[in-house]
Amino acid sequence: MNFTLKIWRQKDAKSHGAFETYKVSDISPDTSFLEMMDILNNNLIHEGKEPVAFDHDCREGICGMCSLHINGHAHGPEQAVTTCQIYMRKFRDGQTIVIEPWRSAAFPVIKDLVVDRGAYDKILQAGGFVSVRTNSVPDGNAIPIPKKDADESMDAAACVGCGACAATCKNGSAMLFVAARVSSLAKLPQGRVEGARRAKAMVAKMDELGFGNCTNTGACQAECPKSISIAHIARLNREFLSAKFED
Amino acid sequence: MALKLDSKIPAGELAQKWSNHKAAIKVVSPANKRKLDIIVIGTGLGGASAAASLGELGYNVKIFCIQDSPRRAHSIAAQGGINAAKNYQNDNDSVYRLFYDTIKGGDYRAREANVYRLAEVSNLIIDQCVAQGVPFAREYGGLLANRSFGGAQVSRTFYARGQTGQQLLLGAYAALNKEIAAGSVKSYPRHEMLDVVVENGEARGIIARNLVTGEIERHGAHAVVIASGGYGNVFFLSTNAMASNGSAAFQCYRKGAGFANPCFTQIHPTCIPVHGTQQSKLTLMSESLRNDGRIWVPKKKEDVEKLRKGTLKPSDIKEEDRDYYLERRYPAFGNLVPRDVASRAAKERCDAGFGVNETGLAVFLDFKTAIERLGKEVIKQRYGNLFDMYEEITDTNPYEQPMQIFPAVHYTMGGIWVDYNLMTTIPGLYAIGEANFSDHGANRLGASALMQGLADGYFVLPYTIGDYLSHKIQAPKVATDTPAFDEAEKAVKEKIAKLFAIKGKQSVDDIHKRLGHIMWENVGMARTKESLERAITEIQALRKEFWADVKLVGTADSFNVELEKALRLADFLELGELMARDALMREESCGGHFRSEHQTEEGEAKRDDENFVYAAVWEYKGMDNEPELTKEPLNFEFVHPAQRNYKD
Ligand SMILES: Cc1cc2nc3c(=O)[nH]c(=O)nc-3n(C[C@H](O)[C@H](O)[C@H](O)COP(=O)(O)OP(=O)(O)OC[C@H]3O[C@@H](n4cnc5c(N)ncnc54)[C@H](O)[C@@H]3O)c2cc1C
Ligand code: SF4
Ligand code: FES
Repeated sequence: MNFTLKIWRQKDAKSHGAFETYKVSDISPDTSFLEMMDILNNNLIHEGKEPVAFDHDCREGICGMCSLHINGHAHGPEQAVTTCQIYMRKFRDGQTIVIEPWRSAAFPVIKDLVVDRGAYDKILQAGGFVSVRTNSVPDGNAIPIPKKDADESMDAAACVGCGACAATCKNGSAMLFVAARVSSLAKLPQGRVEGARRAKAMVAKMDELGFGNCTNTGACQAECPKSISIAHIARLNREFLSAKFED
Repeated sequence: MALKLDSKIPAGELAQKWSNHKAAIKVVSPANKRKLDIIVIGTGLGGASAAASLGELGYNVKIFCIQDSPRRAHSIAAQGGINAAKNYQNDNDSVYRLFYDTIKGGDYRAREANVYRLAEVSNLIIDQCVAQGVPFAREYGGLLANRSFGGAQVSRTFYARGQTGQQLLLGAYAALNKEIAAGSVKSYPRHEMLDVVVENGEARGIIARNLVTGEIERHGAHAVVIASGGYGNVFFLSTNAMASNGSAAFQCYRKGAGFANPCFTQIHPTCIPVHGTQQSKLTLMSESLRNDGRIWVPKKKEDVEKLRKGTLKPSDIKEEDRDYYLERRYPAFGNLVPRDVASRAAKERCDAGFGVNETGLAVFLDFKTAIERLGKEVIKQRYGNLFDMYEEITDTNPYEQPMQIFPAVHYTMGGIWVDYNLMTTIPGLYAIGEANFSDHGANRLGASALMQGLADGYFVLPYTIGDYLSHKIQAPKVATDTPAFDEAEKAVKEKIAKLFAIKGKQSVDDIHKRLGHIMWENVGMARTKESLERAITEIQALRKEFWADVKLVGTADSFNVELEKALRLADFLELGELMARDALMREESCGGHFRSEHQTEEGEAKRDDENFVYAAVWEYKGMDNEPELTKEPLNFEFVHPAQRNYKD
């Protein structure tokens, strides 16, 4: 298969970026999208040009390192997959593919398609944990947890922290990401203890870091590679209100 | 000068060793901990759990990783589960049984005392993770659920859907975040350690590259902990993440730390087969699938031919025409034999001409029987995400047709040699997780790497490191303006400049792929004297080619992925040779190390306990010189090494 690629190139955070056009040919339909990028880069290196910088690591949809807006969609047009899980058979032969970095004020571009998502770490540092010490805990089966609650907690915990939610949101809100963590812990007795405090601290941090407000457009849920539901945002709001109530 | 190896294994009864040791080692007072600095390299299960626990104890910790966030370390990709001797299933599991299975699974090439300790702390890990809010799978009664893994006849594996590594790492990462918020740990993402600094024979810090700016930085500390993971990517194609590498460990080796059993590599039986030449990595299909999936190839060659031509669907092959070769050869363990055994059996069938795809390098993993027995819904609940992943990659629906699988490089049991305290041969330098030569001997059982990483990080190192640091309480902050740091920084900068100066014709990946090919063909699932000697010669030649013909673009003082890859490949090109040398020296078959010259009549690995009951520890003597071997004898005081039997 052959493709025309329009890729955002930007030297570093301070420079202005622009699109450049490239061609790749003889791509097998079974090749993954990022392998196609590898092939482009190997060609560029042989031509003595700088390869396109993009983030990736596990290449199986679990580390959350890959990003990319592909033809206007975070993680490409396909639902419920990360960029590294897209295969070229999903594109048309000869198609033009537009590739951009996450566009979000809170995720400045580092180079080409690579952005700085450090803000997500900071939000979790504000309270996305249970305050237990190593080796000072009860037996694992001491507190039974209804299967349904554990399953729902797991649903939320599937978030890979990729940043697609904030990058997709027209307000640049990180609400889905915050809600996923808050909700996952809220569903477990271990996490309940600090529930209200956690919600408040994480939302405050999110605001402080320049993420926008959530107006419930639902765009994040549609683009989330892990199909994290906006129902978790409702749960976050409940936690948040109870925190306000406690004040 | 040969290495001095003191394993520091405590005396006494097996079950008492760890308690006795803990009682005997020194501790550091809270006031003194505040004065001590520790560097941790890596944020996987090993590094994150260690840094969080050390920070909590009051030490000043700096933690480094290559990825943009600690949460993305390769541990995140572990699917299947984590073992513990809880005996929650009441199937007569115990610390002793987990210990025994692990020693036996490793084909009697690990230390008894270490493995026993691992089994002993395994239960604490589960408690810890539950308390952190890890959403383990549960039964309807609200208690923790278990599944079975290879090499065990009990059900002791805890899991969180097919995302166990992710959930355990998010737990450890959360514990780390708690300490970062408290100010005891400072995180350095997108930073790569390029050298360890040794002064007066002790570890004093590291040289790191800021991967965003390209700046070369110095960091001093009273102790350095390497938790940088495994080096399976020396094969180019493996199940490891793209950035997984052996360089941090190799720098330690270069600075004098012993490297143990480098040839012990695990080839995992259930991975998606290689297709084409454009592939960048291989995808694992979790071992948990072997709980319900049955492995087979056709009995008849003509069926094989038809499958390859696409004129016959696997589901059309009748029961009596299928060879469930694991069930046939190993009735007691069936599809749940250890990985090395399952991988070799697949190779044996494919070598005999029964491989089921066009390349002849694939066997079936079939869920037909399980779907008939349990229904599609149950199978979907258990493995839904794995099935989806398989379909996404191969475009085949595994609910209808069996999966095609083939062995692939997955894990490295070899690594930096450590004593019972997890300290390397360089005082103050520690290695934990997959980076050390580990408790898995010559073969690791499934769901035991996560256990080991967290055991080392939460429950072993935080105690044992105090024994060393108690001698450092009078030591001032480590100065980084010393000759040792100057030299290390200079060497790193010169190496980088040298790479840019080559201006050759081949990209890093071009050469890495060739290295991978040499390794897979000659140092892979079956090794011979000839293949290993060939590998050594070919790797040496390829290394010369690399240093004469590699092509780097971009600059050193900016974000430059090609430079990162070139530096890692430079080390792989030495490590690959070391692996081949070790494999050549070890004239026996054990676990994942299979020398074709040494097999039983039935084709099983044949150990040589007269001559090889030791860990082979290598000392660096320069890039083009032969390393020197020192042996750490393994004393089996409590179990008697026998030929592994998974038949009855
Ligand atoms: C696909 C897959 C599935 C698996 N499933 C299971 C399973 O179900 N059960 C099980 O028990 N085991 C499993 N394993 C094995 C297990 O995941 C690993 O052995 C384990 O996670 C390794 O953890 P670690 O902490 O030692 O290192 P890793 O998680 O590999 O982390 C290495 C860290 O070191 C950092 N690093 C490396 N070099 C440098 C450097 N030079 N400078 C700075 N930082 C550096 C990296 O950035 C990273 O943070 C699986 C492995 C794979 C590949
Ligand atoms: S909620 Fe979804 S889109 Fe947002 S970070 Fe998590 S996985 Fe990515
Ligand atoms: S590379 Fe890990 S999720 Fe895509």
